[in-house]
Amino acid sequence: MTALDRPDRRKRRIAVVSAGLSVPSSTRLLADMLADASVGAVEARGVEVEVQHIELRGLAHALTDNLLTGFPSPELAAVIDAVRHADGVIAVTPVFSASYSGLFKTFFDVLELGVLDGKPVLAAATAGSVRHSLVIDHALRPLFSYLHAVVVPTGVFAATDDFAGPGVAGEGELKKRVDRAAGEFAAMMAGPTGMAVAPPATRHLVEDEFEHPTSFEDLLRRASDGPPAY
Amino acid sequence: MGMQFGIFTVGDVTADPTTGKTPTEYERIKATVAIAKKAEEIGLDVFATGEHHNPPFIASNPTATLAYIGAQTERIILSTATTLITTTDPVLIAEDYAKLQHLTDGRVDLMMGRGNTGPVYPWFGKDIRQGINLAIENYALLRQLWTETNVDWKGRFRTPLQGYTSTPRPLDGVAPFVWHGSIRSPEIAEQAAYYGDGFFHNHIFWPASHTQQMVRLYRQRWEHYGHGSPETAIVGLGGQFFMRKNSQDAIDEFRPYFDNAPVYGHGPSLEDFSEATPLTVGSPQQVIERTLSFREYVGDYQRQLFLLDHAGLPLKTVLEQLDLLGEILPTLRSEFESVRAPGVPDAPTHASLVAKAGGPTDTAIYGVGDDATGTSDRESVLEGEL
Repeated sequence: MTALDRPDRRKRRIAVVSAGLSVPSSTRLLADMLADASVGAVEARGVEVEVQHIELRGLAHALTDNLLTGFPSPELAAVIDAVRHADGVIAVTPVFSASYSGLFKTFFDVLELGVLDGKPVLAAATAGSVRHSLVIDHALRPLFSYLHAVVVPTGVFAATDDFAGPGVAGEGELKKRVDRAAGEFAAMMAGPTGMAVAPPATRHLVEDEFEHPTSFEDLLRRASDGPPAY
Repeated sequence: MGMQFGIFTVGDVTADPTTGKTPTEYERIKATVAIAKKAEEIGLDVFATGEHHNPPFIASNPTATLAYIGAQTERIILSTATTLITTTDPVLIAEDYAKLQHLTDGRVDLMMGRGNTGPVYPWFGKDIRQGINLAIENYALLRQLWTETNVDWKGRFRTPLQGYTSTPRPLDGVAPFVWHGSIRSPEIAEQAAYYGDGFFHNHIFWPASHTQQMVRLYRQRWEHYGHGSPETAIVGLGGQFFMRKNSQDAIDEFRPYFDNAPVYGHGPSLEDFSEATPLTVGSPQQVIERTLSFREYVGDYQRQLFLLDHAGLPLKTVLEQLDLLGEILPTLRSEFESVRAPGVPDAPTHASLVAKAGGPTDTAIYGVGDDATGTSDRESVLEGEL
């Protein structure tokens, strides 16, 4: 039995980022369904799990301030830290003008590049009409691909009809999609090898550089390494 | 001399939001000179100017500005905040600042910075994505040009040099002291520590936690590279205040400038920003207390510079701020002195560097005729052979 085959029983952390604006919002409702199903799927593998919900509405001012000043408020910094240290992220946005909402995008805009490297992300969206269902594949997947996240194969889109129909909490079509996505998400986070995919190459974050500074000799060598640029 | 206090300017030409009036470039340039002269008058130790090559700034050609100020002052150290080591040819930096040393009798030091304005880089044939690499290679060359004659050099970012001697040579054979400024790039703290140079944190636009983390790394690496214990590293900080005798007057007067300021305007409230960053808007006593608190997270440090002339504040107001700073300066000096741990060095000056070098030396190459290659026949001339 190799190290990779050994089950990893470490507690998993899930960060749930949702960008709904109203209270209660269908976006938060979908986020809760996905979180509950993911907890169940991870626990079914005999692994403990902890969920942190992040509602972006309360951070709207802080996010705009971060765009302008270049640094997060303490509250926003704590939330970014939660995402940084999460084993997986559930990201749920309402559809605004045929894409993710500006608030949702702003959160991912202020994350340092590398924070989502190799992290499983379950992408989900809500809208008033099923005609927006491709937003998962046309907007969310490209965003998370750029951020080097590993996007769960099943994305979950829910329109008003999905919530209005009978048996939402029980055996409805939406519930089936939620369970399938949660199962895939759990396998990525807490599968027998820890990840269903090869461990990703992660980028060097500023925090890492503070922990393990690159020696000046290396910086000097790197600086002039390359063809003439004059 | 203890801790150094001074001001730094970025040279922005910004409309006064309370009157809508924008100073002309001429007015702003002359105001900069007036502010520098006032800084000496109230007893400050340092005046530093930024360098920008784009509107709305008048901060291009910093050495002309500093030399002009140098001619009208006696004592104040002339510095930069920052010199763009990325887009400026290190050959020109070596020449310009050595010349400034001679003109001002050594009242010069520099702060290296990368500059974060993307469009500026290509104007100088550079690429912002190479910012760190440019800062590292260019600075290595700059040092070589100040310490060696007849330099043969080959690198990635400028054409090679053969037998090049930068003139004039640094005054008394001693290069100006160099600080390295960076907000959030550990590589620059590493660079400052490696060379035993100073490290300056802008401090004013970012939370104290950033400053603390950068200074801590610099101090650790200073020790790593054998320059002494972490407390002996040379640290400078920025700061920003607006004061009136009555703190509510300060807040009321500064708020429109804050709300419309080029960097943080239209973002966080004055109150939130004051809490998150070192910005202090209030009474002289509040400015004293806040400034004294900086050492709690960076340790004893050597240089404190304040940004006062920005965001459209009229010259008259800036000069009033300087008068108020002059009034609290003796208290700041004595309070910092009273808490400073023994063994913490002062920031190097030209005089201290000359003393450390064992006295002045003349590294100039004197010659007659064609000495483009740096070969000297001065000895032959002196001995009457030529």
